[in-house]
Amino acid sequence: MNKIFEKGGKLYWLHSTVDAFETFLHVPGTVTRKGAHVRDAIDLKRILIIVILAAVPAAVFGMWNIGYQHGLAMGQTGLHILEYFWFGLLKTLPLFIVSYAVGLGIEFAASQIRGEEVSEGYLVSGFFIPLIVPVDIPLWMLAVAVAFAVLVGKEFFGGTGMNIWNPALLTRAFLFFSYPSYMSGSDCWIAFKKGETPVADAFTGATPLALEGGSAQYGTGFWDLFIGTVPGSVGETSVIAILLGAIILIWTGVASWKVMAGCVGGALLVGGLADLAGVSTMPCYMQLLCGGFAFGTVFMATDPVTSAQTSCGKWIYGLLIGILCMTVRLFNPGYAEGMMLAILLGNTFAPLIDHCVTSIAVSRRNKKYKAA
Amino acid sequence: MRNFATLFMQIQNLLISMSLNIVLKKGLNVPISGQAELRVSKTISPEVVAVQPDCFKGLLPRLLVKEGDPVLCGSPVLADKKNADILITSPVSGSVKQIVRGEKRKLLAVLIEPDGKQECVDFGKKDVNALDATSIKEALLQSGLWPVLVQRPYGIIADPQLSPRDIFVSAFNTAPLAADSAFCHAEELGAIKVGIAALSKLTPGAVHVSVNNPDSPFANLPLATTHVFKADKHPAGNVGVQISNIKPILKEQTVWTVSLAGLAAIGKLFLSGKLDLSRKVAVGGPMAIGASYVSTVPGAPMSALNAFIGNSDSDNIRVISGDVLSGRNVGLGGYLGFADEQITILLEGYEKELLGWCRPFRPKQYSHDHSYFSWLLPKKKYDMTTNLHGGPRAFLMNDDYYSKVLPMDIFPVFLAKACLAGDIDKMEKFGIYEVLPEDLATCEFVDPSKNNIQDMIAKGIDLMLKEMA
Repeated sequence: MNKIFEKGGKLYWLHSTVDAFETFLHVPGTVTRKGAHVRDAIDLKRILIIVILAAVPAAVFGMWNIGYQHGLAMGQTGLHILEYFWFGLLKTLPLFIVSYAVGLGIEFAASQIRGEEVSEGYLVSGFFIPLIVPVDIPLWMLAVAVAFAVLVGKEFFGGTGMNIWNPALLTRAFLFFSYPSYMSGSDCWIAFKKGETPVADAFTGATPLALEGGSAQYGTGFWDLFIGTVPGSVGETSVIAILLGAIILIWTGVASWKVMAGCVGGALLVGGLADLAGVSTMPCYMQLLCGGFAFGTVFMATDPVTSAQTSCGKWIYGLLIGILCMTVRLFNPGYAEGMMLAILLGNTFAPLIDHCVTSIAVSRRNKKYKAA
Repeated sequence: MRNFATLFMQIQNLLISMSLNIVLKKGLNVPISGQAELRVSKTISPEVVAVQPDCFKGLLPRLLVKEGDPVLCGSPVLADKKNADILITSPVSGSVKQIVRGEKRKLLAVLIEPDGKQECVDFGKKDVNALDATSIKEALLQSGLWPVLVQRPYGIIADPQLSPRDIFVSAFNTAPLAADSAFCHAEELGAIKVGIAALSKLTPGAVHVSVNNPDSPFANLPLATTHVFKADKHPAGNVGVQISNIKPILKEQTVWTVSLAGLAAIGKLFLSGKLDLSRKVAVGGPMAIGASYVSTVPGAPMSALNAFIGNSDSDNIRVISGDVLSGRNVGLGGYLGFADEQITILLEGYEKELLGWCRPFRPKQYSHDHSYFSWLLPKKKYDMTTNLHGGPRAFLMNDDYYSKVLPMDIFPVFLAKACLAGDIDKMEKFGIYEVLPEDLATCEFVDPSKNNIQDMIAKGIDLMLKEMA
């Protein structure tokens, strides 16, 4: 690092920023000082780039789908795949730019104030945020929500690794409660250009979850939902693209398969019971394909910082999220979707779950050996 | 009828030996290059030998010699201020050359210049079986061999007033590039048996010896309880991990541990009446030329290892007394630690790697994680350096991620965080009594947040010692 950025130098107040860019360019020549003299090549940058890589299929599909849904609504079918994608890319790029600019800005400033290196945690949150909001969200709203989530949700607690709630979901929750008219209903999930009105007959932009059997211009069958050619937040619609991400995450061990399995199990449990009781017309397995369930299960619930830490705790935490999500979806007439709130509630309870799991494990072990 | 009886006994024996089998699947072998060849390439007769108080945790050193004093092998050099019976003695005969002090006059080392004659204090040959616990303790304290007994919890010098629940010995080593126990100590089997006989009188419990192979020379020794571990991954060879899987240390319990080298030295003391700390030391590591064993005494200077280092730039070399995960960086000017049987020579990793973290392939770097592709080459050994491979961050990954490499029934991240917070109740709950920093070395190795987990545990233990005193 240049001398002016070192302690006592003129530009010392910028040292975290310079350091962040420097370590972004190359693995630094820092050597171990204490403890293990050699270390594994893995670092947080690597782990987080894997998470982003896993979310890329969902993002790319989402961009295409935005163009495709716009085409359906405007009656412009039969366009080239790249034309749809280009439309979606232009629509989502500003979201990415705003999300990263605001979030990283705050992150850099906070690291500077704490005198620490800039943590790369926001690279992932910043990538997820555009994928879980409606594409036509006004950019200023997004900026306000990101600022809230990063400041209150993360920096107040001490930065990456210390937060209680998933910052990306907190952004969405902030938007959801502050600007509900932009976040639900049937107008927000399909992108329109200024002044456009849909031409399709019996048009509805509602997500399949909110349709309740009504008709729509897009298919709502198993394969439509599995492939993802339905309206929704940018990255949440395609289960197949999300599954691709899940495979990457599980194989690399970055995300826990136990949490994912727990979520699915919990959802099927409540969904199955509801099927038997005749609460819903939708079979329970279809619930797994709808809305944000898949995206939430794979990318949001598994966030290692905010999920439960212990092996057994992960099962409980996953089940809790699955059960809560389905309960909100099926038994609450106000909200069509429950994944976001289920995960945030799961985050809240994760430390308690861990506390119980570790206490039980420790006391059981003590008893076993005291008796021996 | 007789056949039936033998068959029955065989089955019974099989069942007993099976019940002593402990399978540990967790752990991690760090594939570092430079394993020492099983031959003694050199006998080092050092020009100077250091007695270092820092090698003994819990020792408050009081100096018993001054510069110029003549000493014999076995003459006291240091005593413990808290317990004047505990002595540290000279491993060689000669004269005190220098007393090295650091900041605030902290005693760092007593340097002794050997005279080459190796004259020993005669402690008298003794028949262990005829001795009682008090006279065995006395003999060990006098000869300076007492500090080979390490007390758990906390890893401090054993308290002679106490009678430990059990005594544990690890007869296999899983640390990276570790010395081969059978190669180093199989010849000393007679002395080791005497050592076990002596120690078995100091505890109402048993002397537990852990081996990783039922055919090990150290299996089924008389007066010892043998435990066969089916485990080849580090840290299964750490005695702390073995205790935790045999009979964990609960609150207000004390156990002692001793190394094979320590046992051998105790046995030799009773057999010959002399202090003999000489041992085979494995010299290895990616920068060691002709990695092999040397025969020497603790406190020998690293400068005697020049032949292993060759023409490499000595500023860029790290010399570690001990293994690469939990040894001490002593440098070329340092000395072999009292308990160490291994020296590792590494390159300092000052070089920067352009966009290292986002390259799909980094053939020269090892990662246990599937995020890289080292898992495709499970047999490959890597020329590891001391590079940290990233910047320090808060804990981000789950407890699960770390407990995969720790074959103990504890929650490593919870324990580390309790130590960070200095929360004694939580430290107790999460098993501070059972661990020493070295037991969590593999967790530290794999940590993507680059925390110094061993240092956290060490500070936690220091806090416990302070609070419990």
